[in-house]
Amino acid sequence: MMPELGKYAAEVLAAYGVSLLLLAGLVGLSLNKGRKARATLADIEARKDG
Amino acid sequence: MSLWEYANPVKFLGLSARVQPYVWGGAALCLIVGLGWGFFGTPDDYRQGSTVKIIYLHVPAALMAINAWFMMLVASLVWLIRRHHVSALAAKAAAPVGVTMTVIALITGAIWGQPMWGTWWAWDPRLTSFLILFLFYLGYIALWEAVEDPDTAADLTSVLCLVGSVFAVLSRYAVKFWNQGLHQGTSVPLATGGRTVSDVFFYPLLISMVGFGLLFLALVLYRTGTEIRLRRARALLARSERGA
Repeated sequence: MMPELGKYAAEVLAAYGVSLLLLAGLVGLSLNKGRKARATLADIEARKDG
Repeated sequence: MSLWEYANPVKFLGLSARVQPYVWGGAALCLIVGLGWGFFGTPDDYRQGSTVKIIYLHVPAALMAINAWFMMLVASLVWLIRRHHVSALAAKAAAPVGVTMTVIALITGAIWGQPMWGTWWAWDPRLTSFLILFLFYLGYIALWEAVEDPDTAADLTSVLCLVGSVFAVLSRYAVKFWNQGLHQGTSVPLATGGRTVSDVFFYPLLISMVGFGLLFLALVLYRTGTEIRLRRARALLARSERGA
């Protein structure tokens, strides 16, 4: 399954590892911030209405 | 129907919620196919060996790093001219995505450059202008955080974005302007169609580029929604504090 990367395996795997980690981190942090913002707004609106 | 209707936060959030599932889905599909095909299904290059597989990350990330800044430029101009809050918040939302793309382009470029050029870094026109673009991203994000009044922050960051656009242009065209340095010319010049990448590498690269573009769009739509909600929460809090 794993392709033969030869003598540059470390470079290729490092490039993919770092990039996918950064992208996953960005998506995760964005979703987390979005969830918190929704909860904060819902809480403030509930208090305003209540 | 006018495009300016979506300057209304409620309409923007409605449209954004409708299109986001397709954009996220398209991004995931294109990234899995493009990166998977590139990593598992393409041969080594006769000169670069397996490091050619880094192209599927490096080129799309660099493309989006520059295009993110141009998107921020357009949104900043809309804010400065028409004072639509959604456009200022969209520019703010795009900056962390753009800086991540810039970091990916810089890191993957360095990892590729070490075995191919014999150095991690060179003060080449394109690399240097890209590094300056990265610093502009950091400055832009820091300025949003440093200024308390959101309208003043939007004004100042919009002006910074206009200035930084010089380096976004240089990042794209530095190779042509100076015709020197280590970095090669554009691999896939979309305007002229005279690409230097063979079909076996080009198609997975194209799909990866579409995937990065869709991921950028999905993240900006989502993050703009977050910024709109945070702004509304702050406004409601300020109103209730004034009333108390």
